[in-house]
Amino acid sequence: MPLSIQAVTGLLAACALTVPAQAAPFMPADDTQVLERVPARATNPRARELQSMRLAALRDPNNVDTAVALARRYVEEALAEGDPRYVGHAQAVLGPWWDEAAPPVPVRVLRAVLRQYDHRFDLALADLDAAVAAEPDNAEAWSWMAAVQMVRADYTSARRACAGLAPNTTPLIGTACSAYVDSMSGRAADASRVLAGALRAATDASPAERLWALTRLAEIEERRGNPVAAERAYNEALSLGLPDTYLEAAHADFLLDRGRAAEVVKVLADRGRADVLLLRLALAAKAAGDPRADGWARELGARFDAARARGDRTHEKEEARFALALLHDAKRSLALARSNFAVQKEAADARVLLEAALAARSRSDAAPALDWLERNGVESVVLRALAAQLEALR
Amino acid sequence: MVAVRHLLALLLLAAASAAIAHKPSDSYLTIEIKSASIEGRWDIALRDLDFALGLDADGNGELTWGEVRARHAEIAAYATARLQVSADDHPCAIEVGAQQVDGHTDGAYSVLPLALRCAGEAGVPSRLAITYTLFADLDPQHRGLLNLQARGLARTAVLGPQQPTQTFELGAVERWSQFTDYVREGVWHIWIGLDHILFLLSLLLPSVLAWQGARWLAVERARDAFWDVLRIVTSFTVAHSITLSLAVLGVIELPSRLVESVIALSVVAAALNNVKPLVFGRLWMVAFGFGLMHGFGFASVLADLGLPRQALALALVGFNVGVEIGQLAIVLVFLPLAYAMRRTMFYRRWIMVGGSLVIVALAAIWFAERAFATKLIGF
Repeated sequence: MPLSIQAVTGLLAACALTVPAQAAPFMPADDTQVLERVPARATNPRARELQSMRLAALRDPNNVDTAVALARRYVEEALAEGDPRYVGHAQAVLGPWWDEAAPPVPVRVLRAVLRQYDHRFDLALADLDAAVAAEPDNAEAWSWMAAVQMVRADYTSARRACAGLAPNTTPLIGTACSAYVDSMSGRAADASRVLAGALRAATDASPAERLWALTRLAEIEERRGNPVAAERAYNEALSLGLPDTYLEAAHADFLLDRGRAAEVVKVLADRGRADVLLLRLALAAKAAGDPRADGWARELGARFDAARARGDRTHEKEEARFALALLHDAKRSLALARSNFAVQKEAADARVLLEAALAARSRSDAAPALDWLERNGVESVVLRALAAQLEALR
Repeated sequence: MVAVRHLLALLLLAAASAAIAHKPSDSYLTIEIKSASIEGRWDIALRDLDFALGLDADGNGELTWGEVRARHAEIAAYATARLQVSADDHPCAIEVGAQQVDGHTDGAYSVLPLALRCAGEAGVPSRLAITYTLFADLDPQHRGLLNLQARGLARTAVLGPQQPTQTFELGAVERWSQFTDYVREGVWHIWIGLDHILFLLSLLLPSVLAWQGARWLAVERARDAFWDVLRIVTSFTVAHSITLSLAVLGVIELPSRLVESVIALSVVAAALNNVKPLVFGRLWMVAFGFGLMHGFGFASVLADLGLPRQALALALVGFNVGVEIGQLAIVLVFLPLAYAMRRTMFYRRWIMVGGSLVIVALAAIWFAERAFATKLIGF
């Protein structure tokens, strides 16, 4: 055995790092060859505006108003483009205040937003608590607090945050916030009725506001086992024409559950830049027997590898699904799903854990999700069916 | 305005809890430590460089090779100002070669070839410190994915502002495993070193035969063949061990072109002697004489592997032991086969004479290639 094992593993490790490099480096022959697309600072008004805000912040980096405005703008950009670079840019702009124990309230709220991106929920909540203590009418802080508490499955705290939010926001958002909490804690029928009523009443609501409320309504109806009402809400939300990866992913899952994979391939075929959508695309293509399935699955695997190489663990939910459905590796999927559920406890997180545990035929590994279902009286046709199958393993 | 802002917050969380859609910003830094030099390659996303330096000169959102190429010096200066390397506490100057382009999963990257020149003694350092601050002021989430290669072993690390300076102990490898690594390299080298094998085989082929009456006849007793082989292998070993040590310790240095040419010539001579014997019975002297030159050849391989300054003797002994083990394995396969076939016409005519002629031809081509630095064949 002439080649040392270390040399081989070293080589493999080296390959793992360089895998993203699709080909050998090259020297383009032509100066006009386009290598990359970047925000068009000359022609795109959004990019131009961003550029002038950046210059303003550069001129006066210690001006908190300029910095907060730019950081907020970067956060908006991260949402619109789905590019996490903007999260880092926002953090950099807030640099002068970032490590302060008690920075100004607007900085504090933004710091919480950026920290929850990294799943550092405790730190985010500490900032939000401090923000609402200083400014009890800070709707932004209350709404983030509700959202973070929902991810952590602390429904009592989430309800309190919705109560803090309600007097400082529109009726639709106030109602949607508490309906969202109620739907996960044993009051789904009421939540659906109240939310649908609020949507009908809010004739002057903005499209973005409607999209958010409709997405929640669709999910609630889907969990309650009303696919017709759910699809109606999804379609209404999609017809608003606003790009929203969360909505697209939820709708794709709805269709996949109903054996309508071909429709998913059709609508998501050119949306694969976003990891969450590429996952649905790869799953759908496989289910529909589409020849592009393997290519998309490989691409997705490469992205997970790249994330792991930098120590990023925020993709565990998606990777668990990938491992289960596309790699058929129940053990790996289960490890990822367990680790993810320790951090995030929404319906989708519970589902992948239950599915992975079922595939691995291990009820004990599903215990955290089963406990969560029971303790909160979560109503979900899919989750309850999975739980029943797991119970039958005994 | 307030309503829009906090609604946005809710939307954002929906997106966040569903994981961020794209790959974050990474650069790929490879540093390769060789005995005489430290080289590297640094892949930095063009998107990030555009954010930092505004590469898109016409602002049309399309970054062309012309726009990137025109700013090469600035890109190199920007990058190298944010990377400090020191070897055994001596700072290294970083030179950037011609910029290239490569594609990663999330788009096109500028590829910067690096050459590091470190102060202090030459040779492989025992400790490397890297301070990485690329984009730390623009994107604290940016990471540099390091792939550090030294002595054929690779290690990886994530570089970033949470710990800007990281130190890597290159000499921290356990002594025994370091020794066995060199043993393996020695075995491997003799097995892939076709010139050494052919030289040895040319000398061993006649060991089961005796030159009588202008023709090759089989030896009668196995012990004759065995002693013959033992003498040849031992003298070859002693000879190349001497020169290998002298060369590695820097006592004698010979130009590699001369060494490699003479090695090729030694194969020609050894094989030719099987066709038209001039030397017989005293082949061990041939093995010794030319073995001296083969030792210099081994030394250059060992130098390419990178020699640990603090464990020179260990590497030398390990590599040499490896070469001997590799050689012994060849002998153990060769000798029983040759002994069994020694009476056959096939062995005496086709292998002994025909095979030797093929070796002569091959080694003659090597000689021409090496002596006149041309390329005639592919191996």
